[in-house]
Amino acid sequence: MKVSLFITCVSDAVFPRVGEAMARLLARYGVELDFPEVQTCCGQPAFNSGYWNEARAAAVTIIRAFEDSDFVIAPSGSCTGMLHHYPKLFEHDPIHLAKAQELQQKSYEFTQFLVQVLGVTDLGAVFPHRVTYHPSCHGTRILGIKDEPMLLMQNIKAMELVPLPFAEDCCGFGGTFAVKMSDISGAMVTEKSDHVLETEAEILTGLDMGCLMNIAGNLRYRNQPVRVMHLAELLYEGVNGA
Amino acid sequence: MSQRTAEASAHRLAQETKPSTVKKRADLALNNDFLRKAVRFTTERLRDGKQKAANDHGHWEEWRERGRQIRLHTIAHLDYYLNLFADNARANGTHIHFAATGEEAVRISLEIAERKKASSVVKSKSMVTEELHLNHALESIGVETVETDLGEYIIQLAGETPSHIIIPAIHKNRYQIAELLSKEAGEELLPETTILAGFVRRKLREKFLEADIGMTGCNFAIAETGSMVLFENEGNARMVTTVPKTQITLMGMERIIPSWSDLEVMATLLPRSATGQKLTVYMSGISGPRRKEDGDGPEEQHIIILDNGRSEQLGDPEFQELLNCIRCGACLNACPVYRHIGGHAYGGTYSGPIGAVLTPALNKNVDQWDDIASASSLCGACYEACPVKIPLHDMLIYLRRRKVERGYGDKAEGAGMKGFAAIMSKSQRFSAVMKLGRIGQKLLVRDGGIPSKLGPLKGWNNYRIAPKLADQSFREGWKGLKQELGKSSKPMEPAMLKRMEAVLKNRKTGLQGGGGHG
Repeated sequence: MKVSLFITCVSDAVFPRVGEAMARLLARYGVELDFPEVQTCCGQPAFNSGYWNEARAAAVTIIRAFEDSDFVIAPSGSCTGMLHHYPKLFEHDPIHLAKAQELQQKSYEFTQFLVQVLGVTDLGAVFPHRVTYHPSCHGTRILGIKDEPMLLMQNIKAMELVPLPFAEDCCGFGGTFAVKMSDISGAMVTEKSDHVLETEAEILTGLDMGCLMNIAGNLRYRNQPVRVMHLAELLYEGVNGA
Repeated sequence: MSQRTAEASAHRLAQETKPSTVKKRADLALNNDFLRKAVRFTTERLRDGKQKAANDHGHWEEWRERGRQIRLHTIAHLDYYLNLFADNARANGTHIHFAATGEEAVRISLEIAERKKASSVVKSKSMVTEELHLNHALESIGVETVETDLGEYIIQLAGETPSHIIIPAIHKNRYQIAELLSKEAGEELLPETTILAGFVRRKLREKFLEADIGMTGCNFAIAETGSMVLFENEGNARMVTTVPKTQITLMGMERIIPSWSDLEVMATLLPRSATGQKLTVYMSGISGPRRKEDGDGPEEQHIIILDNGRSEQLGDPEFQELLNCIRCGACLNACPVYRHIGGHAYGGTYSGPIGAVLTPALNKNVDQWDDIASASSLCGACYEACPVKIPLHDMLIYLRRRKVERGYGDKAEGAGMKGFAAIMSKSQRFSAVMKLGRIGQKLLVRDGGIPSKLGPLKGWNNYRIAPKLADQSFREGWKGLKQELGKSSKPMEPAMLKRMEAVLKNRKTGLQGGGGHG
């Protein structure tokens, strides 16, 4: 059984601790992660900006990297969602189309894999903190991930989970959107941070480092000491503290 | 020059001097606290209402799918249903006109007005007439044109265009509205809804009685009986379609549905999606002009069916579903971008996510597409809100792609993407770039982050502190981590192994793996 980690370029370069937490958590259940080093980026920045030839160049490396895997898991609903766009990206290329469909079928966002495939909802974590959760748009809307993170969080002992007002509103990241339309994006992330601060949570968690990096950057810009961490990191800390 | 024509020319001037890019127009909105507060207030109220109405309905998702299927079927057979509608409407005594372009629709409308020697027109709400700028055309031949929907009336007094598909004056608060209406009344009106609406009601009553022509839009046109159906909350459309002797209705060619039983589905979806109402206050079905036995109604009825770029979408697998839109505005209310910049920033008649796709799709000005299509974070809230499930977030990407394919992409961005493709097609190159980045960032890192606003960092860091690249990438640390975990490795739990094998087996037999794997 080959379970492969698709680390995503952002976590690879900026937040390697997220991949580490995933590997350590899965090891507790005897799931040995495989990491194909030929992987790069899912191609989403090019795809979303309309540069599909360039997106295909990246997508091909991902398809090749995971050709032999039984399960592909990623710490991001957005990058996993991008794999779901591959069939459209290769709709006129029958060879890659078949592989793209296969990859789509075997790819899971991290909490989807834990809950749907492994059937784990209680990791035995203890995390005595006030926490709020931002449900990222692509995970929620493209992949339909709603219950999985909730189940996992509800089973964390001693943790106070505070609902985030307007949780379903986008944080304003949107990849190149944040740079191209920086003032609109800035207004969106500022409002998102305002809501995070309203909860008086010590910690903001979520399933996508793109969005979390965006919100964390704004919180830090405003000198707000809210700690921002991926749910995999939070679970791992909770398991270690238990 | 009457006060209104003076306002109309002021309006034209304002339109002509409107900033040329979404970014600049958005900046105007972002710096307008009144506008942002008003838009936030109303869109929140509407989307909460919609959410509640959908929950109360109990089978919302099934009905959404029914709505989608009705629209897909109708648009796939649009030629058939349009002919059926036209034949049945003509049999009812309605004059049917087909207009290929906006100019043609305007010409037909003006000809009718001239033939009828009309001096005034009262209008109920119609986005198509906004698309045609018909009010200005009518006023240019000396026909007084009065909007009778409260929101449209306010916008007309202000010399503006609607900033929302169903709430035209969403960007104004009631103090601003009281000021406008006080000016019209010649006395100070208190900013209270009953007082303001009372003034408008009295004022418009005179206009209804004087008008030679009543002009309407059309929510749905029923092919099987040649009828047109109007949804409204104020009763003004009833006045417009019963008092004046001549009625002109303008409709986009895609407004058709096959039958009255399909209307039941639409009448369930549209008001709930638009305002959270279970039913619209007035729903009028009009089949032809006044008959002998009727108590009221126009002596002459015209329906102008407008193409104006719509048929271009037929047969285009990526955009045909745009014609499924029932103009409820739910995507605007759900959109986090619209929430901050309002409707005028989109620069076209239709705003919000639907406008961002519809405006470029109806126009062939490819070079300008990306400007408007870029004003989206692609969060998909529009798709989730849409009662007929139009994948607007995907269409925005297709627009961006078509622009690049046709050679109108931004040069610098194009070069950047070439670089991206080169780096991401080989993992060694990606590793090398990460290493270079770590060296490069040394000068910029302060306290573990990058606050610099130099060059490309400016947009991001105007609102944030960028994170630094990790000292060791995941791939660099992988060997060590793998070794460490290998030392304490244990066999997989049998129950989990079994579940994983079951997933693999289902996958091979064509059954889906898990939820969300559509």
